[in-house]
Amino acid sequence: MSSTSVMGGIVRRKEDPSLIQGKGIYVDDIKRIGTLHVAFVRSPFAAATISEIDTSSALALDGVRAVYTIEDVRHLGLNPAQVAVGTLRPFLADGAVKHVGEAVAMVVADDRYIAQDAADLVFVDYEPIDAAVDLKDAFADTVQVHDGVSNTLLTWAGNAWWEGVIDLPDPSPGIQEAKEREDTVVVSLEMVNQRLIPTAIEPRAVLADWNSGYDSVELFSSSQIPHAVAGAIGVVFGIPSNKVRVVAPEVGGGFGLKLNVYPDEILCCFASKELGRPVRWTETRREAGFSSIQGRGWVGTATITGTRDGKILGYELEAICDMGAYTHNFTVAIPLLGLFVAPGQYDIPTSYALHCVVTNTPSTDAYRGAGRPEAAYYLERIIDAYAREIGVDPADVRKANYWKPEDFPVTTAIGLTMDTGDYETNLDALLERVGYEDLKAKRDAARAEGRLLGLGLSTYVEVCGFGPSALAGLGFSWAGYGLPAAFNGSGVVRVQPDGTCTVTIGTGPSGQGHETTWAQIVSDGLGIEMDNIEVNHGDSKDSPMGIGSFGSRSLAVDGSATYEATTRVKEKAAVIAGHLLEAAPEDIRFADGGAHVAGSPDRAVGWGQIAESAYQPHTLPEGMEGGLESSVVFSPPNATWPFGSHLALVEVDPDTGDVDILDYWATDDCGNVINPMIVDGQVHGGIAQGIAQALFEEAIYDDFGNLLTSSLADYPLPAAENLPSFSLDRTVTPTDVNPLGVKGIGEAGTIGSAQTIVNAVVDAVSHLGVRHIDMPLRPKRVWQAIQDAGE
Amino acid sequence: MEISISVNGSEHQGDVEPRKLLVHYLREDLGLTGTHVGCETGYCGACTVIVDGKTVKSCTMFAVQADGRDIETVEGVASNGELHPVQEGFWECHGLQCGFCTPGMIMSSIALLDANDDPSEDEIRHGIEGNLCRCTGYHNIVRSVQYAGAKMRGEEPAGASEGVSS
Repeated sequence: MSSTSVMGGIVRRKEDPSLIQGKGIYVDDIKRIGTLHVAFVRSPFAAATISEIDTSSALALDGVRAVYTIEDVRHLGLNPAQVAVGTLRPFLADGAVKHVGEAVAMVVADDRYIAQDAADLVFVDYEPIDAAVDLKDAFADTVQVHDGVSNTLLTWAGNAWWEGVIDLPDPSPGIQEAKEREDTVVVSLEMVNQRLIPTAIEPRAVLADWNSGYDSVELFSSSQIPHAVAGAIGVVFGIPSNKVRVVAPEVGGGFGLKLNVYPDEILCCFASKELGRPVRWTETRREAGFSSIQGRGWVGTATITGTRDGKILGYELEAICDMGAYTHNFTVAIPLLGLFVAPGQYDIPTSYALHCVVTNTPSTDAYRGAGRPEAAYYLERIIDAYAREIGVDPADVRKANYWKPEDFPVTTAIGLTMDTGDYETNLDALLERVGYEDLKAKRDAARAEGRLLGLGLSTYVEVCGFGPSALAGLGFSWAGYGLPAAFNGSGVVRVQPDGTCTVTIGTGPSGQGHETTWAQIVSDGLGIEMDNIEVNHGDSKDSPMGIGSFGSRSLAVDGSATYEATTRVKEKAAVIAGHLLEAAPEDIRFADGGAHVAGSPDRAVGWGQIAESAYQPHTLPEGMEGGLESSVVFSPPNATWPFGSHLALVEVDPDTGDVDILDYWATDDCGNVINPMIVDGQVHGGIAQGIAQALFEEAIYDDFGNLLTSSLADYPLPAAENLPSFSLDRTVTPTDVNPLGVKGIGEAGTIGSAQTIVNAVVDAVSHLGVRHIDMPLRPKRVWQAIQDAGE
Repeated sequence: MEISISVNGSEHQGDVEPRKLLVHYLREDLGLTGTHVGCETGYCGACTVIVDGKTVKSCTMFAVQADGRDIETVEGVASNGELHPVQEGFWECHGLQCGFCTPGMIMSSIALLDANDDPSEDEIRHGIEGNLCRCTGYHNIVRSVQYAGAKMRGEEPAGASEGVSS
């Protein structure tokens, strides 16, 4: 694959010079003359009817330009969603509110201070009613969130969703039979995978500018999916999507929360259209707990049936999954993504039922990993409990049930096909590197001294790189926003007349370093210097149809499209260079900023000369068109399936329950690697978010649906002091579903890490009788578990 | 209220509302948008600037409180086109991803190294605990500060390839 050291090399990021000097442009940094500012009036109740909204005092305030309620925007319909199962969100509360923080009215004023003052003056008459907050109560339909509609939107079970596509045998009778055998054990745990607030450090921000002269709108939004947002605006306002320009400039972290079409994006367009002025809204941290989606929120029971020597005969997972009140982009599809990896990397019969249940809380949707961390958590926790029950090393239990390299491509227990994998080699690489046997001896020796050391292991497989065009009918497209494009990758590579290169892609970074990685791909192919390659992204008008950045998909699909486009440009350039150098195209080589004849480095032309010829067609070979560019849409035959193994050594303070992570090791496998520095960085951040779930973070609601953790004082993002350094390594098992052999790494760290920590902590206290502790493992909870076990 | 503030060596006079936050004054009145707003409560540190030599979270200070003071923001850190060693360290060691926390993180790191140019890993982690990063897990931020410290002590710092898994 690689012809120069650029590909696969550690290259400093092209993005960084602006960002480290404070010169990067995020949405809130963009200025437009005459911009107005928005503040929302938000509900203090989780469930209430609204009998009156009085905006007169707010409107009377100097500097207030408008106050909108549902009466002004009802004609726009409901906020669109891609997977529109459930109740869609009205743009503003329509006679009732369904969660605390739901937007009831929108104030537009001359500056953000006045807007907030006016929001406080809007009088809303609420009549509170019973709310469904507790997930189990909601599942029981004790109180209905939406009148006359069951709280359970659907249950992912059996093969209902792919009936007619894949013939899937029912594993239940076999599992039942195994349970009744005398030589088997059944291990079961109910576990909570708690709700989280994704929390990008940049709050969401929106700036809309409707131009009635052109009847077109520009929207700057801190979004992972500018094209989808453009499509949605077109649908809502009844204008063609090519009249809408959505730009995501620098995006200050995404993690899935910016993978949505939000009412505020639509409402700012509406206000700008009405008022003829640019309109901006910037989310405050406190309202981010309501105005953006949350993640996770499962309560479930995992059960393993297996032999006493470690052969798993059945895995069962039943969970209630919190959807929040309204359906957003993918809401009910998040558990489906978990289901995709429910059997993990194991050849085990798997039975599942995932109930998608609404509650009177803010909506849930994709948060880093999106269903896959939840699935990996249940599976890898229960495998650990099973290993402990039968007294077999947790690494050996995993190995005994892995798919083997020769089994690939594997059709899993839920009917999907995995591309490539070599799980045992990956796990062995980790265990050898860390000296697993010595670590166990160290743990045991410490325990003998009364210290509570624990070792926790998790391995995982995930599915990403969506995705195959054939899945478009199953919701993997932007049809919900009027753009029925499958989750293709797209890339345009254009050599400019001066010999520099412009690359335009249908996905954009929120920190992942796309500009650098894509420049590496193109530089490797064309021999154009990194500094002469400019990578454009995040502009729905400038780029080809783009799907966006999520699901660890960008490199596998958009990167592959760019690689293919690079190859085509190279083929044409070889003909041009051959013509200029009087050599056969197949003898042309590209390196060092130009082309030369193989074996004769002196017979060379620079990219400037090749480009000049391309743009002066009379100099080209007979019949060749002018220009030097290629645009490719890439659709892979399958998703990709990265995997890895994580191990942690922790120490629990028996007096306080405090958990100290002494060491954290990970050996991940994301196929080929373009920039190892960036890949490591993705793993670091992913692990940090998994540890954050394991030890610190939780969105907590009281019985009335009040979010008690809406500030960073109450929602403790880990600081540098709370995390260890990470020791990383990798194995490389390329995929065969794209030409780069890459799989994706954005979510892997998160998918592998939460249960690694919990397994380690439980290991540290299991000899005291503790079987499980629910996350987050804050000191009080760990201390209490130790006390309870001792009673 | 009339205020007079020195920002990155330039004098600024202006009439500001008493309730206006310093961060909004810097961003909206002076156009210095490198200082970011992440939480408005002093927890995330994205708005960190240096006031009279000490780090301040500029979302917790009113512009009028900065009257007569000397403020340094991320825009003033590089001099004559030369990056500050801390900026260089963040670039070299991949100490940033989305870049939103980075200006505040850089200001805190500069203050940390000004007080102690050879901090241990624990001292670095403690020194930047008031700045939250959601992307990096801090691993490479610690290395970036170590790089900058070495540079400021006149030693050869460990570069990007150091510690990256192969």
